[in-house]
Amino acid sequence: MSTKGRVHSFQSMGAVDGPGLRCVVFMQGCPLRCVYCHNPDTHSFEDGDEYTPEEMLQKILRFKSYIKNGGVTVSGGEPLMQAEFVKELFYLLRENGIHTALDTSGIGNLEEAKELLSVTDLVLLDVKFLDAESYNKYCKGDFEQVLSFLKLAKDMGTPLWIRQVIVPGINDTEGNITALVEFLQGYENVKKIELLPFRKLCVPKYENLGIPFPLADTPEMPQREIDELYKLVPDKLK
Amino acid sequence: MEQWRGFNPGNWQENIDVRDFIQKNYTPYEGDYTFLSDSTDRTKNLLKKAEDLMALERQYGGVLDIDTHTVTSLLNYKPGYLDKKNEIIVGFQTDRPLKRGVNPFGGLRMTRSACEAYGYRLSDKVESEFQYRTTHNDGVFRVYGKETRAARSCGLITGLPDAYGRGRIIGDYRRVALYGIDRLIEEKKNDKDRLSTSDNMMDADTIRQLEELYQQINFLGMLKGMAEMYGFDISRPANNAKEAVQWLYFAYLGAIKEQNGAAMSLGRTSTFLDIYFERDIREGVLTESDAQEIIDDFVLKLRMARHLRTPEYNELFGGDPMWITEALGGVGEDGRPLVTKNTFRFMHTLYNLKPSAEPNLTVLWSKDLPENFKKFCAKVSCDTDAIQYENDDIMRPIYGDDYAIACCVSAMKVGKQMQFFGARANLAKMMLMALNGGKDENRNMQVGPVHEQYPDEYLDYNKVCEYLDIYRPWLARMYANTMNQIHYMHDKYAYEKTQMALHDTDVHRFMAFGIAGMSVLADSLSAIKYAKVRCIKDKDTGLITDFETVGEFPTFGNDDDRVDSIACEQVEKFYEELKKQKLYRNAEATLSILTITSNVVYGKKTGSTPDGRKKGEPFAPGANPMHGREKNGALASLNSVAKLSYDVCRDGISNTFSIVPQALGKNEDERIDNLVNLLDGYFGQKAHHLNVNVLNREVLMAAYEEPEKYPNLTIRVSGYAVNFCKLSKEQQREVISRTFHEAM
Repeated sequence: MSTKGRVHSFQSMGAVDGPGLRCVVFMQGCPLRCVYCHNPDTHSFEDGDEYTPEEMLQKILRFKSYIKNGGVTVSGGEPLMQAEFVKELFYLLRENGIHTALDTSGIGNLEEAKELLSVTDLVLLDVKFLDAESYNKYCKGDFEQVLSFLKLAKDMGTPLWIRQVIVPGINDTEGNITALVEFLQGYENVKKIELLPFRKLCVPKYENLGIPFPLADTPEMPQREIDELYKLVPDKLK
Repeated sequence: MEQWRGFNPGNWQENIDVRDFIQKNYTPYEGDYTFLSDSTDRTKNLLKKAEDLMALERQYGGVLDIDTHTVTSLLNYKPGYLDKKNEIIVGFQTDRPLKRGVNPFGGLRMTRSACEAYGYRLSDKVESEFQYRTTHNDGVFRVYGKETRAARSCGLITGLPDAYGRGRIIGDYRRVALYGIDRLIEEKKNDKDRLSTSDNMMDADTIRQLEELYQQINFLGMLKGMAEMYGFDISRPANNAKEAVQWLYFAYLGAIKEQNGAAMSLGRTSTFLDIYFERDIREGVLTESDAQEIIDDFVLKLRMARHLRTPEYNELFGGDPMWITEALGGVGEDGRPLVTKNTFRFMHTLYNLKPSAEPNLTVLWSKDLPENFKKFCAKVSCDTDAIQYENDDIMRPIYGDDYAIACCVSAMKVGKQMQFFGARANLAKMMLMALNGGKDENRNMQVGPVHEQYPDEYLDYNKVCEYLDIYRPWLARMYANTMNQIHYMHDKYAYEKTQMALHDTDVHRFMAFGIAGMSVLADSLSAIKYAKVRCIKDKDTGLITDFETVGEFPTFGNDDDRVDSIACEQVEKFYEELKKQKLYRNAEATLSILTITSNVVYGKKTGSTPDGRKKGEPFAPGANPMHGREKNGALASLNSVAKLSYDVCRDGISNTFSIVPQALGKNEDERIDNLVNLLDGYFGQKAHHLNVNVLNREVLMAAYEEPEKYPNLTIRVSGYAVNFCKLSKEQQREVISRTFHEAM
């Protein structure tokens, strides 16, 4: 057991990706190209530093005293692209009594995902769009895979927090939120819905990489409008 | 005794033993904050009056008024009031609130220039009174040698208390409330008689002690006189809660009338006072609202304490601080938390009277504090940015459970220990001096011993360490010698009579040395070890004044042992050298990593360093990592600082932590829980101190542009809280540039 993982970066303190104080591991490489992506530097599968699961565990254990009410979130990039590494890491974390969360789009190999979910305490699933056309248009991905992942998580009873980035002019309508809530009915394992405002803090990253930011002309999403939209989400999912 | 009715007896009755009184009588409180009372109309009106005066003070350039004719002391001013018939606790340093007195005992020149800085002229009367009088400053400069003078002027050692009061002494002001002045005088007289017998050899130490006791007794008498002018008889113990607060405040007021020390802590008073509040409530003569009103009034008085400082002083210690540090909470040796309702009341003043830098509220954090109190602390931090945290679990085993904090991070047993404050030595500059054969890199002036310049073009880690090993012992000796001279003269010409009268006669002394530039030194040595550093010499002087660093190297603040171990090693080596020195009055050497706001001045006086910092750029404050070099987030930064050993830095290791609210949690409840976990995690690793700011950089930038709109904006900087708008523009820019931990 020691599949190497390509890690973009390690953030010792996150408080917004899952419950409590958490260490966040950002995996390198993503098959999607979401127009609002705020981590374009994690796209490539070539960059990043290699770690074995044991090495990453040791790094995380240095923070064990802080994260007793939180845990570790693996984000990216798309962690499902390195499901074997993440699975081994989560296995080790669980052995050490540390809560594990997977921040994913759900795009990836379903068999590998199944094994990974068996050691995952919580999935933060970014359901970006609800139809195949939009998903392909804005993310260059196949929505069928997201549906399959959702079904898998439901079958396995893995708790889900559903997230969606709200972008002005694209999905910032009441209709969209209502549709999202309806879409998730029947998924008893969904515990929470989070609406994340579109932000442009990532612009310098695009400039550094020399690639154009697709939404350069789109304004940021005001928090107060997010708060308004969030009222459409049932209280039990807040 | 009538005033002691209802108290449990103990050794405290036979001997001066405040700790015993507390332990036998206090009532721990484990509940939440919902019992607290909001400010009364009376308090609101009084606060408005104080705020108006403070606004006027700001308009007048920071000083409302100076009495240039009267030398400050206990009996030299008529009583002063803010609103005589509505005040519960009374007393000001001069005859009017916010009016500053002159205190030339530290140095006449400083007093003169402080008056001039604000458009006043020191009166001929005071000039002539001091014409034939030696000040502390005169004394020191009579004996300073060439090395000290050179080291001072180039900034190798800076901020020394040689022209202002040394402070950092905490009188046990509680004694006045518990025992009354007469009993304290009687005890001191007994001590003096005991020392005067022929059992004792009349050597210099004993004779000095006898004279000090004479002065202590004299000033205790004056303290009684001062209270009499306000219509109170403090010869006897306090009879109720209001009197206990008033008696205690009079004792503190006497101390700050007599001394303008750099830091004049209050001590650890809230739980002591709670015993009186509990008795009054039990006797049915006091409600919760009354209790809060007394504390609000007391704290408002503390916020109006002022000293007259020069602009140069403010460069080192920005924001007109007094360091009226009050230590809150902690846990007793028997395991019972020392948190009482009155601990909550003190913190609640930050709501009733709005956030403020003073008093410097310091929570002694322990894993065993009640959860409700921990959460309340976190809430107060999120709401006000006005409190700091220090690790009770590592201090209690050394100082017991009745210690307090002098200034920012210096622990001492109240009434039993004191310290000789020693500012700090610039270790980043020491490194540059070692490379340049003892010369100052900026002024081409020989400061340290003559030695060959570093001979090679590229720096080699081991060889640089050898050069440091040559200059470190020299610096430690010179620094210790300077401190001995300063404190000899301070004792001789500006002895703290009131404060030392409120100590045991047989007092333990620390000599508190300090370090600046720790993270610059560590990162520089890391660059030398892990990257390639080329020396660049100045064409004219031939001195090494710049560096070209190629390659990656680990930096302090990322929980990376490769560099964190260098930081620990350098600190330890310096402390080992200091321990070897023979110190004035057999003081015990201690060391701090703390800079107040002087990290800006130290940076200004230091040339470019191998870590990539350019000449003149500020250092990081205290033990903080350098700005922008923390690549692994907040907890990794905390972990690096936590590695610095408190065993080596017994005078404190200051760390300032700023985080934007959104990065600490999505809502208030989450932020509170997360902050509690962060503090538990940090202190669980034996870290010593943390300032916590929960705010957005944009708020500071707005306050930088329009200070008048943010009169209460309080932030924590190295070891104290400061009203942001009272900092110099340069200090404000430096604070804004510091790392704010953000969400990814």
